[in-house]
Amino acid sequence: MALKIVKGSIDRMFDKNLQDLVRGIRNHKEDEAKYISTCIDEIKQELKQDNIAVKANAVCKLTYLQMLGYDVSWAAFNIVEVMSSSKFTYKRIGYLAASQCFHESTDVIMLTTNQIRKDLSSPNQYDTGVALTGLSCFVTPDLARDLANDIMTLMSHTKPYIRKKAVLIMYKVFLKYPESLRPAFPRLKEKLEDPDPGVQSAAVNVICELARRNPKNYLSLAPLFFKLMTSSTNNWVLIKIIKLFGALTPLEPRLGKKLIEPLTNLIHSTSAMSLLYECVNTVIAVLISLSSGMPNHSASIQLCVQKLRILIEDSDQNLKYLGLLAMSKILKTHPKSVQSHKDLILQCLDDKDESIRLRALDLLYGMVSKKNLMEIVKKLMLHVDKAEGTTYRDELLTKIIDICSQSNYQYITNFEWYISILVELTRLEGTRHGHLIASQMLDVAIRVKAIRIFAVAQMATLLDNAHLLTGNMQRNGICEVLYAAAWICGEFSEHLENPMQTLEAMLRPKVATLPGHIQAVYVQNAAKLFSTVLKSQEGSTEGTAAQETSQLMIDRLPLFVQSANLEVQERASCILQLVKYIQKLQQKEVEVAEEVSALFAGELNPVAPKAQKKVPVPEGLDLDAWINEPPSESESEDEQPKAIFAKEEPKHSRSRHTEVDEKELARRREARKQEQANNPFYIKASPSSQKVYQESPGVEHIPVVQIDLTVPLKVPGLPMSDQYLKLEEERRQKERADKKKKEKKKRKEKRSGRGRRHDSGPESEEDITPAHMVDIVTEEMPENALPSDDDDKDPNDPHKALDIDLDNLVESAGRRPLADSEKLPVRSHRAAKVAKSPVEDGDAENTPPSQEPKKKSSKEKREKKKDKDRDRKKSKEEKKKKKHKHEEKEEDLLGGEADEPVVQSEDTTEVVALPTSTNAEVSDLDFWLSNAPVPSNTQEAATVAATAEADSVPEATSGTAPDSDHDEPKNSELEETKSSKHKKKKQKKEKEEKEKKKKKKHHHHHRHHSDGGADESVQNGTVEDEEPLPPMSNYCLLAENSYIKMVCDIQGNLQDGSQVVVSVIFENKCDSLLKSMEFNVLDSLNSKLQRPEGSGPHDGFTVPFQLPPGVSNEARLVFTVQSIVMPQKMKGTLTFIVKNEDSSIHEKLDFKLHFTCTSYLITTPCYSDAFAKLLESGDLKCSSVRLEEVNMPFHHLLARICFHHHFSVVERIDSCASMYSRSIQGHHVCLLVKTSGQTVSIDAKCDEPTLLGNVLDEIKQTFSQC
Amino acid sequence: MIRAILIFNNHGKPRLSKFYEHYTEDTEQQIIRETFHLVSKRDENVCNFLEGGMLIGGSDYKLIYRHYATLYFVFCVDSSESELGILDLIQVFVETLDKCFENVCELDLIFHVDKVHNILAEMVMGGMVLETNMNEIIMQVDAQNKMEKSEAGIAGAPARAVSAVKNMNLPEMPRNINIGDISIKVPNLPSFK
Repeated sequence: MALKIVKGSIDRMFDKNLQDLVRGIRNHKEDEAKYISTCIDEIKQELKQDNIAVKANAVCKLTYLQMLGYDVSWAAFNIVEVMSSSKFTYKRIGYLAASQCFHESTDVIMLTTNQIRKDLSSPNQYDTGVALTGLSCFVTPDLARDLANDIMTLMSHTKPYIRKKAVLIMYKVFLKYPESLRPAFPRLKEKLEDPDPGVQSAAVNVICELARRNPKNYLSLAPLFFKLMTSSTNNWVLIKIIKLFGALTPLEPRLGKKLIEPLTNLIHSTSAMSLLYECVNTVIAVLISLSSGMPNHSASIQLCVQKLRILIEDSDQNLKYLGLLAMSKILKTHPKSVQSHKDLILQCLDDKDESIRLRALDLLYGMVSKKNLMEIVKKLMLHVDKAEGTTYRDELLTKIIDICSQSNYQYITNFEWYISILVELTRLEGTRHGHLIASQMLDVAIRVKAIRIFAVAQMATLLDNAHLLTGNMQRNGICEVLYAAAWICGEFSEHLENPMQTLEAMLRPKVATLPGHIQAVYVQNAAKLFSTVLKSQEGSTEGTAAQETSQLMIDRLPLFVQSANLEVQERASCILQLVKYIQKLQQKEVEVAEEVSALFAGELNPVAPKAQKKVPVPEGLDLDAWINEPPSESESEDEQPKAIFAKEEPKHSRSRHTEVDEKELARRREARKQEQANNPFYIKASPSSQKVYQESPGVEHIPVVQIDLTVPLKVPGLPMSDQYLKLEEERRQKERADKKKKEKKKRKEKRSGRGRRHDSGPESEEDITPAHMVDIVTEEMPENALPSDDDDKDPNDPHKALDIDLDNLVESAGRRPLADSEKLPVRSHRAAKVAKSPVEDGDAENTPPSQEPKKKSSKEKREKKKDKDRDRKKSKEEKKKKKHKHEEKEEDLLGGEADEPVVQSEDTTEVVALPTSTNAEVSDLDFWLSNAPVPSNTQEAATVAATAEADSVPEATSGTAPDSDHDEPKNSELEETKSSKHKKKKQKKEKEEKEKKKKKKHHHHHRHHSDGGADESVQNGTVEDEEPLPPMSNYCLLAENSYIKMVCDIQGNLQDGSQVVVSVIFENKCDSLLKSMEFNVLDSLNSKLQRPEGSGPHDGFTVPFQLPPGVSNEARLVFTVQSIVMPQKMKGTLTFIVKNEDSSIHEKLDFKLHFTCTSYLITTPCYSDAFAKLLESGDLKCSSVRLEEVNMPFHHLLARICFHHHFSVVERIDSCASMYSRSIQGHHVCLLVKTSGQTVSIDAKCDEPTLLGNVLDEIKQTFSQC
Repeated sequence: MIRAILIFNNHGKPRLSKFYEHYTEDTEQQIIRETFHLVSKRDENVCNFLEGGMLIGGSDYKLIYRHYATLYFVFCVDSSESELGILDLIQVFVETLDKCFENVCELDLIFHVDKVHNILAEMVMGGMVLETNMNEIIMQVDAQNKMEKSEAGIAGAPARAVSAVKNMNLPEMPRNINIGDISIKVPNLPSFK
């Protein structure tokens, strides 16, 4: 044996190894490719051998060749072989090769699943490590799905080396298999506090990556990160966290307020530039999110700008670069503070480093004003001339155009100057941005009417000198401007000085060398010009001149008719034919000019770039529907998903959506009407747009072009923009002088006269009046255009799928527990029955997130309640914003009910409008954030600690909460509310008075209560303190004897309308081992236990674990039910063996499983507007119930209904609440719960009366028990 | 996220390429060439950040590089990474190489690209920074090398002998082109722990 090994390795030593290969390649510099191809042949031979060492060597060489650009995918299978070697040396070679050349479409990847799984669970940590590293490079959706669970286990590995790798790779798994995010998240969160700094850093890394894409889902982690930020000393982690906060602050301004102080401290204290820089960056983000110029923040902005200035002035180019980069972020919101450093930035424009010049260019964007635009552009034009590299020059060009055109040409006072700049830019050689210049020319000429005369003259010159532009083929990028020139000359030909000359220029033979689309424009506009020329010539009696023009057209057009470009050819032949006909008419001495020009009558309007996209889909048009039935092959696949969506979509998300949009739409429509009324170019319904324009009575309001004649219009030849600079200066001086005179005379008049035109500029700029009073036409948008900001989002962004709400998962497992479908696939027969080890069972912290928490401790309950309340509050807050328009709707909301709810709902919204609705309801995050005035560092740490404990000590919450109440009025949110409050109050009072009259007869007692409560709450901003809830559990006793106790919880399965999941906890009460437990029920017609495949209808379900003494464990069983309107009872038996040291006894325990109607309900959040719609729809049947002698606070009552009967609160108004739930088969159940004294009345509506009746009975029963 | 890590020499010859996103071999070569062109024409005393790589990423991505004697170390990263942090990371990488190869020079990278990969794998995983502490990195790399040696055992001896003999015939194995002054000033000196 040993001999064989030695022999093998002796054979091997003459094989070429990696070093030999490299050496060989270096020795064959002339015929490298040939040498490598012989090497590849050798490698192929080596791969055919059985010896794994030889193979590994070959694969190692292939990895090197891959780096040199050789495709090695043909060896993929051999790579897999090497990966599966038992030796670490080879395994590592294999995984390295795989990580370099495997990707999603490598088909052998699917063969690796089991090998990787084996390596992951290898006792050798480096095997595992190598597998994780490799996998991180080539993980596919399939691998991610299959291995997610294994990797998750590794996250709790004993070795930190494995833990950190496992944590890190989870990000890749999430990307490929988004479903794994929810189940894995709790553990990931746990790793943020891992004792090992490496693991902690990895977890921070992953969460930062996740949060960067979908920040809102991670807001609730802010307190935790805050704690890490104040405690961590690892700069890398700090940087990540600070970056993360930068992403979170825009979503929660209060967070920003809290952050400013610690960040400022860090800025002052840290010596690490990287950290300093990130702090500055995040402070900037915070300031942007606060945006409003709060006085105490100007210090922070000053600090940032000052620190950045130090960076920019540093000799280190890296710091200079970053300083400019951060400066550009401040620029967006605080342009003034940046503008004071203009000198520095202009200086950077001359830096030798291109990256720095580019950054400085970015900043210039915000430096310009009406005053200095011309100057700055002049400077840039100088740079353009000097710039050698085309990239930088092109960048300059785009920047010039950006700067000038920003915010609708706000800073341009003289458009003639701008046109001249554009024309000058056309002289750039080899720029890629011809089309950009062209589109600017078009835009300006179309939208600034005053400039057309000038523009047309310039364009005519350009066309005349077209040979300058096209002479050199290298300049072909720039010939795009001819497109614009031709179009402008054609369209506005009435302004042409000498149309005939331009027409000739456009019909030169050389034009045929231009690109097709430009030729096409030439041909079309030649026709327009032709009509103009005809008009003038016919007018001047000389008939022959007109005929000569026609002849010119007929002579020249055939050139275009022969064009290879279809468009050109088509247009040319069409126009040629037309001209021939015109000539015929002319020969008969018929006047044709009128009719020819009618061809091109009317103006073209500018249309906004995304207008087409924003045309809303008309109602009733389903773009996804098939026009014809699709071919039948995919039918069976299509059907299922349809059924799922048909149920959910239309009733919830959609209705909510339109609701929001309607108001927005109305607003936009209004705005648009206004705009259209003022827009002379808007084509109204009448046939001739031009006439409308002339006759429309609204025209007087439009400031029509006034040309300031101080500027001479004629500039011979190509214009020089510099002239304008001088002129502008003179003009300004003159203006200033004028103004002084005027000011002396009458100040008041002037003030009212001014500002109408340009109110946007800062004060100092108002002095500068534009040379031309211009009317910049706005672009058109379609009617009913939908507002959509996500136009630019990439639909293929993998992070979209990771936009998953994680909060309720983290805060309370009960609210939206992980559904069955969300579990990570585990290798077992049934996912629903994952066995738990007793260890995990005992330790609540360790509960694998993929399983239902079985011990609902009081702690969890409280968390859950808080969470719920917060959600409710959130939705209310949202609602509040819409409140105004909502008010009528609100009345409709419960229109079918008695009168008093209306008043009450009015009142509640009042209460709700205040962010602090109740003390106990302040959620963790809100609570944490509510200490807006930032305490000193130590205090803060204490607060954080307190927050952490608040979960377990509810008293702490209620104890500190009053403080937060007093703090909160400082929040901006509240201030908003306050302003609107007064109005609302008034309206409310009026309404109340009306209602009072109606109601006086009944409900005396009740009304009194509600009124009093409401007034009080409006004044205080709070409802009476609500004490914490008593612990509740949904687990009810199923059966019990001296050996075992079974408790169970029954929940509907959201994913499947016919399934109910029963979680049974088995608790061993005796001193012996319980084993071979078999759970069996007698199936009824309606309900059946889902048994493993292949077992008969009477077989039991074998519980997949044994119970040592004193241990409990949970098993989940799935039942299928058909009808859910009636409660069900099923009889069953549990058989098991009690095993003592010496004997074993067979025992059994009978039980009755009770499926209440409640268990078919699923907690589903519902927004109040959707809720209102639902009630209005009239499809629901009504029923009501009355509970007497209920001795508990109202919020306890609601919590109980929520908890035991799976409802969610839609809205609560102190003693009245609306609640919602949905059955697994999609029935809506709506409740209106009112309380007065000890009587609680519940009015309910549901589309299934039987179900409703049963649910109400069950609710009644719940309260009769307590 | 780090999108790619490239090492090439002053002539654009790739010495290591690690892409954390899939590209075809041709595109990879193109990216290396493009990056080389962008980086090589820059002066020594300009900043180490570069935008405008057409092939990789887009506007969100930056090239962050360092030039040591004959080699360029280029990291292509997106905006979630701290620029100065990555510069530091490159420094840590080079210092680690220096420790592992004992006075690293370009030839080490040429002949032992697999080892460089292994070292890199301890620092960056799947495009995310795994470890920034040099001692920890070296410890893990050493432990794995030790394992490799113990696996080779007796059987490995002849092969090692042969390779030693092969190397002896090599006059072109000078160790003087060392990667140079690796203690180039990093702006944020208190480095990661």
